[in-house]
Amino acid sequence: MLSFLIRRLGQSLLVMLAVALLAFSMFRYVGDPVTSMLSQNASVEEREQLRDSLGLSEPLYVQFSTFVVQAAQGDFGISYRNQRPVSELIAERMPATLELVAVAFVISLLVGVPMGVYSALKPHSWLSHVFQTLSLIGISLPTFVTGILLILTFSVTLNWLPSFGRGEVVNIGWWSTGLFTASGLKSLILPGIMLGLFQVTLIMRLVRAEMMEVLRTDYIRFARARGLSNRAVNFGHALKNTLMPVITIIGLQLGAMIAFAIITETVFQWPGMGFLFIQAVSFVDIPVMSAYLLLVSLIFVVINMIVDMMYFMLDPRLCADRGTANSH
Amino acid sequence: MNNNQSNSGALLEVKGLRIEFPTRRGTLRAIDGISLSLEAGEILGVVGESGAGKSLTGTAITGLLERPGRIAGGEIHFNGQRIDNLPSEAMRKLRGKQIGSIFQDPLTSLNPLFSVGRQLIETIRTHTDLTPRQARARAIEMLTQVGIPAPEQRIDQYPHQFSGGMRQRVVIALALCVNPKLVIADEPTTALDVSVQAQIIDLLKTLCREHGSAVMLVTHDMGVIAETCDRVAVMYAGRLVEVGPVQEVVKHARHPYTRGLMGSIPKLGEEVEHLVQIDGAMPRLSHIPKGCAFNPRCPYATARCREDKPEFAQAGRGEVACWLWEGVDPDADPDQLFEELALAQRARHQAEAGNLAVKKSVQACGLEV
Repeated sequence: MLSFLIRRLGQSLLVMLAVALLAFSMFRYVGDPVTSMLSQNASVEEREQLRDSLGLSEPLYVQFSTFVVQAAQGDFGISYRNQRPVSELIAERMPATLELVAVAFVISLLVGVPMGVYSALKPHSWLSHVFQTLSLIGISLPTFVTGILLILTFSVTLNWLPSFGRGEVVNIGWWSTGLFTASGLKSLILPGIMLGLFQVTLIMRLVRAEMMEVLRTDYIRFARARGLSNRAVNFGHALKNTLMPVITIIGLQLGAMIAFAIITETVFQWPGMGFLFIQAVSFVDIPVMSAYLLLVSLIFVVINMIVDMMYFMLDPRLCADRGTANSH
Repeated sequence: MNNNQSNSGALLEVKGLRIEFPTRRGTLRAIDGISLSLEAGEILGVVGESGAGKSLTGTAITGLLERPGRIAGGEIHFNGQRIDNLPSEAMRKLRGKQIGSIFQDPLTSLNPLFSVGRQLIETIRTHTDLTPRQARARAIEMLTQVGIPAPEQRIDQYPHQFSGGMRQRVVIALALCVNPKLVIADEPTTALDVSVQAQIIDLLKTLCREHGSAVMLVTHDMGVIAETCDRVAVMYAGRLVEVGPVQEVVKHARHPYTRGLMGSIPKLGEEVEHLVQIDGAMPRLSHIPKGCAFNPRCPYATARCREDKPEFAQAGRGEVACWLWEGVDPDADPDQLFEELALAQRARHQAEAGNLAVKKSVQACGLEV
């Protein structure tokens, strides 16, 4: 298992380096930062001075290695637009995004898994048909449409929930949280549902398909033939086998939710990283964009590793005694 | 519902069992009126080609028939109690505790995510009041009985750490761990290496003797049947064609199909040019012929065989469903009967050939004249 971990870590580092190269090349090819930082009537000397101070006159490989070293230390430079360190900006915005994603993730698991299990166990009941139809709608509606519909119903018509922002937040150290105030919690509901809805349908369909497959296997039939209770068979045996492949997808979806919270954050004017990124794009604020790119890929890589490690914990076939023989 | 019809005192009694699968193109009758009985402690072999309905019969007895299949007629009695219409919860309590099952493929019958011990303990605790500790001791004892070395260590291992034969031993332990009165073993050796097959069958036989369990052994391996069983039931296209003591059925079969089946086993040390086979194939469920299901393949079939379904009738120490035995002394020697039949057939062929020759010569003459 250790050698597997080390190899996985090496692969992850390579991925991060490749992403860093992409993020770095943005500086070179997406316009000249100096032009966007200085006013139009700046002199040539001023331009050269700024170029030097930003380190843009060094050879490419030197620039790249400084970029990597600084990025590894969490230093992504200074935002062209806000004139503040990018790391500060991101640290400010990260709690908002992570809280939103956490809420959406919990919603999607709490709703998706039971729905999937139910419709696998009772595929012919009317409720399963309702679930199937709902999931079809959920999977085919674009998220921004559901978001706008949610705002229209619950904010505009019913006036129950706020349509934008985080509400009141409490600062715990550098982490600002909306989980402890009523308005903060209220503000989380709609964007949480919007971000989680697609995941709910995805997880439901996945769990349903996977569980129906497992219920047909010999070991489930044999468990029934041994006279185990339905509960023990369905929830003791079948569910655990069902969740094995589901975990991978759920893990990857968690990464996707963090990365694609952008749309939800834009619809709800949510002050998170995604919203920051969208603003950065419209102002060609390259340090922010590249930092976001690196951060999101780091999150993906880390989640992937955690998922792989969970496999080791859950599946005895991958455990210690065979070590690397069977890893993929 | 507790109509005690234990007239013969048999442990298991299947009466006129019919299993049907409703499909879009009409109802398929997969099991058509099977009647069987099994005494306590007896080993009954059930043989037949693939698709004859052997496994389905076993599945129906354990009450695990999957939709859309359903029992359309007949009764199953177990231990004096009718079980084919029991509520599912009562049937569940019977499964495992009274009726154990062994499946064909040991590689897929154990849950890969649970240790062998957990699966054993879970089964034991479902059916008894033992504490976890006692159940574990019982599980270790069962593993010892089925011949797994170092059971104290092996009990915490996972199925993938066992070989195929060892896994089938675990499956046997699971089937027998609460001393069921009946074990339904569905091709327990088919998926195993030939070298392991004999060991497993031997183990099954001795253990069931020790536990006093009756066995319904579903297989298509005639060798296994001959060595293991007390009685044999031969199935063909969802019907029972012959039941009898193993020696009688194997050596002196009364049904043409059984004779074909036994004749098709090559014997060691005997040189043969061609392996004997029964011509044709078993009919599909949707195309079972009228009359006797075997008639298109039967060398002795008569007009009656194509019209009427033969009834199951006493013959010798067994029973057979064949019109050839109609009006024949049920204790007659089957080998002699079939010899006479073969002779008569040969005579008829010769007569036909003679007729043909006469016709030809007449035609030839006619042309010349």
